[in-house]
Amino acid sequence: MLEVALSSLWSRRGSVMLTLASLTISMAIVIGVEHIREQAENSFVRTVSGVDLLVGARTSQINLLLYSVFRIGNATNNINWESYEDITARPEVAWSIPFSLGDSHRGYRVLGTNSQYFEHFRYGDEEPLRFAEGEPFSHPLHAVVGSEVARALEYQMGQEVVLSHGIGSTSFVNHDNLPFTITGVLATTGTPVDRTVHVSLQGIEAIHLGWRNGVQVASLSPDSSDPSLAELEPTQITALLLGLESPMAVFGLQRAINNYPSEALSAILPGVALGELWQIIGTLENLLSVISILVLTASLLGLSTMLLSSLRERRRELALYRAIGARPSFILWLIELEAFAMVAIAALFGYLVVVAGVGLTQGWLSENFALVIDIWPSTPGIWAYMGGSILAGVLLTLIPATLAYFKSLGHALQSL
Amino acid sequence: MFLQGASGSGKSTLLSLLAGTLKASSGTLQILGTDLTSLSSRRRDRFRAEHIGIVFQQFNLIPFLTVEGNLKLASRFVNQSASGTEVRAKQLLESLRLDSAILERRADRLSVGQQQRVAIARAFINQPEILLADEPTSALDTEARDLFMQLLMSVREATGCTLIFASHDSSLASFFETKIVLKEINRSEKKEASDA
Repeated sequence: MLEVALSSLWSRRGSVMLTLASLTISMAIVIGVEHIREQAENSFVRTVSGVDLLVGARTSQINLLLYSVFRIGNATNNINWESYEDITARPEVAWSIPFSLGDSHRGYRVLGTNSQYFEHFRYGDEEPLRFAEGEPFSHPLHAVVGSEVARALEYQMGQEVVLSHGIGSTSFVNHDNLPFTITGVLATTGTPVDRTVHVSLQGIEAIHLGWRNGVQVASLSPDSSDPSLAELEPTQITALLLGLESPMAVFGLQRAINNYPSEALSAILPGVALGELWQIIGTLENLLSVISILVLTASLLGLSTMLLSSLRERRRELALYRAIGARPSFILWLIELEAFAMVAIAALFGYLVVVAGVGLTQGWLSENFALVIDIWPSTPGIWAYMGGSILAGVLLTLIPATLAYFKSLGHALQSL
Repeated sequence: MFLQGASGSGKSTLLSLLAGTLKASSGTLQILGTDLTSLSSRRRDRFRAEHIGIVFQQFNLIPFLTVEGNLKLASRFVNQSASGTEVRAKQLLESLRLDSAILERRADRLSVGQQQRVAIARAFINQPEILLADEPTSALDTEARDLFMQLLMSVREATGCTLIFASHDSSLASFFETKIVLKEINRSEKKEASDA
């Protein structure tokens, strides 16, 4: 029967190929949207974990999350060093990671932090950062780069790099009097860490010495060999990640920071903020899912139309099956099998189109949208969508199949 | 048995009734001791596959299948062993003077004469007791027609099957012992109906 169905499709390959192309495109849309949705959610939620509180200057929780964790946009204000020292000295605080943002290196953000970062920062499923090569910075002018920075800019250990003032891939103001030496490359995490250049807080402070209102005053610039660099004390940081001794203390400390007397600060729970951010994006994604399902439905209806109009030209063929002893159900199953073969082939092709599409745009997506996407979609959700699409195709083509069934009942020979 | 009647005289309807694709609206119809009118449509389909071979005027073969595919498809609707089918297919093609290489060819690549001869093979593949032929020669020229008739009769003789051959062409009647003019039985039916 399969042989008959496939030969029959092949004999009508003109209209079959066109229908197959339309089905393949809509299958690719359905699979692609679902895949990117899952992967985006995954890469969002994986970005930070194990952090109890995220502290920054007073702002909305989404804004704070975006500029500190996702490194998208800029902080509106900073945290004074005194506040940092005061908060981290509180008994509830187990560890703290300061973030100092605002500089860049060839389009990649520079993060000023301290050794706590390599020790306590967690992403994904509580995974710690790992070094692919080298070790954390031990000198103010040492730098640790994320895996993608190293890959894209082809950086080696020991190479010297110059940071730029401000963000953006081309900067006219470079901190070229103080080049940094790469002492470590981090293993890939699939988070914004991969696209970050990490230096010490002293390093950030050092390159900004001798700057007044964004202009360099040569006489005040330090020299890279100056031993006093290590003693520099930062005056401000951008954000602060806190780990607490007990999760019970989270809300108390959050309230205390939000009511901090000497400056306006915000403390947020990263999980809650991620959820809120995801809700905003999720609405858009649901819309995309609905559109992709409508596109698929249109294609499947096209398949039904194609099969339905082929019944007329196949009148005598179907009558002949009956004449040589086929039951009407044979005709129903024959048409269903043809439909199933087409939808299944379209699902396979659609899947391959997605694989090829993601393969081609993977680098671009991760550079521009911080989306790290697997080439091979393989989650249960994807299989469910593919299976559901095939099932929907089989059900919709029951229309032409049952029509053929009833037409083939009780007719004279050769006159369906 | 030769069934003569002009087009529209009810030949095809009678054959459809005999084949069981149409069900008689009244009365009973017994074939080979089986009452077709009392069978379910499913059993009638099975009965047709097992006991009745059919040859039409044209479009006897599924055009996109090979000759072999067509023969196998016909045997698929009865429970026959594949090897038995193959052996019979070869024998039938031989007695129909067709080369066995034709098995691999697509049905729509054959000449009309070849197609009609393959149709005989298809009709006989399940060793039917009755062969229904509905104007099988009207698409053929005289020469092909004579060859077709000759081969059909010889296969029929070899298998001992009953042939019911419907045609408007009275010149073919000479091949048959029994001859029925459809006009006459139709008239008798009508007469009965008006009597009742």
